[in-house]
Amino acid sequence: MHVPDGFLDAPTSAATGVVAAVCVGTALVKARKELDDKTAPMVGLVAAFIFAVQMLNFPVGAGTSGHLMGGALAAVLVGPWTAILCLSVVFLVQSLLFADGGITALGTNITLMGLTTVAVGWLVFKLLQAVLPKRLSLVPVQAGIAAFLSVPVAAVLFVVLYAIGGTADIPLDTLTTAMVGVHVLIGIGEGVITFLAIGAILAVRPDLVYGARGLLAKRELEIKPSSATGAAA
Amino acid sequence: MKNVATKWVALGVLVAALVLAGGVSYYASSQPDGLTKVSQDKGFADTETDHGAADSPLAGYQAKDVDNARVSGAVAGIVGVVVVLALGTGLVYVVRRRDHQPAA
Repeated sequence: MHVPDGFLDAPTSAATGVVAAVCVGTALVKARKELDDKTAPMVGLVAAFIFAVQMLNFPVGAGTSGHLMGGALAAVLVGPWTAILCLSVVFLVQSLLFADGGITALGTNITLMGLTTVAVGWLVFKLLQAVLPKRLSLVPVQAGIAAFLSVPVAAVLFVVLYAIGGTADIPLDTLTTAMVGVHVLIGIGEGVITFLAIGAILAVRPDLVYGARGLLAKRELEIKPSSATGAAA
Repeated sequence: MKNVATKWVALGVLVAALVLAGGVSYYASSQPDGLTKVSQDKGFADTETDHGAADSPLAGYQAKDVDNARVSGAVAGIVGVVVVLALGTGLVYVVRRRDHQPAA
């Protein structure tokens, strides 16, 4: 869904640029709490992995493709604030080095594919964790559902931005239908990839999955009541 | 529970990223993506303006002056993975370093 230069007018692009800058600035502060010696080395790798998977466009119906956005995936793996940093790095590099996503649209792309998918992905994930049984095996499913929903929401937000500052006069009802329709299909791919990736990490090192930590703390207490001796760094 | 060392998990993720960006990406769909297709169908694709980085040596995920499309895409993908990894890791280093300044 990389928005190119020219789709949105200058004021709208500037406004999304401000939104993105404020949120990335906030994330720079808030990410500190999410990062510890365990997760910190994974952050660059998660960003690199998302960059790689974003190159893999999969077909969605006639003559159309889509790719992972990665907000839910990154949020569940490294925490929502750190996820914003991961995705912002990806979009920055894609725009400046690969001419993918406009330079004036960088703020728009960070807002739509970064902030939106992270926020929706993380909130839906936490909501599902709250209402479903507290089981580790459900984490990939919850992440997958959250990832699926985040994509059409980003598509709707694009239409909202287009209604505010689109450079062409396009009927909004048909634009909404078209954008949501195709992005529901792309969302299915997003959900499947997120499910598989979270499942893979969870299988080998559940403690490296940020979104699974609350569940692990309980388990570890049951298994090892005295872990004080092994804690020396 | 299996407890794979962090370095092996990290290596696994890195290898996966390099293989996906450097190899599998060749087989990715080249059809227009969702937004591009909608912009074509609804008639606003032509409002796209020239990209400021269109002359980048890696524009369009193809390395300039490499004739073989597979090699060209692989070079672009691998460079991308390395650059994103470096920036992401560097950013974390900076974010965490500031942690030591306040009395904690």
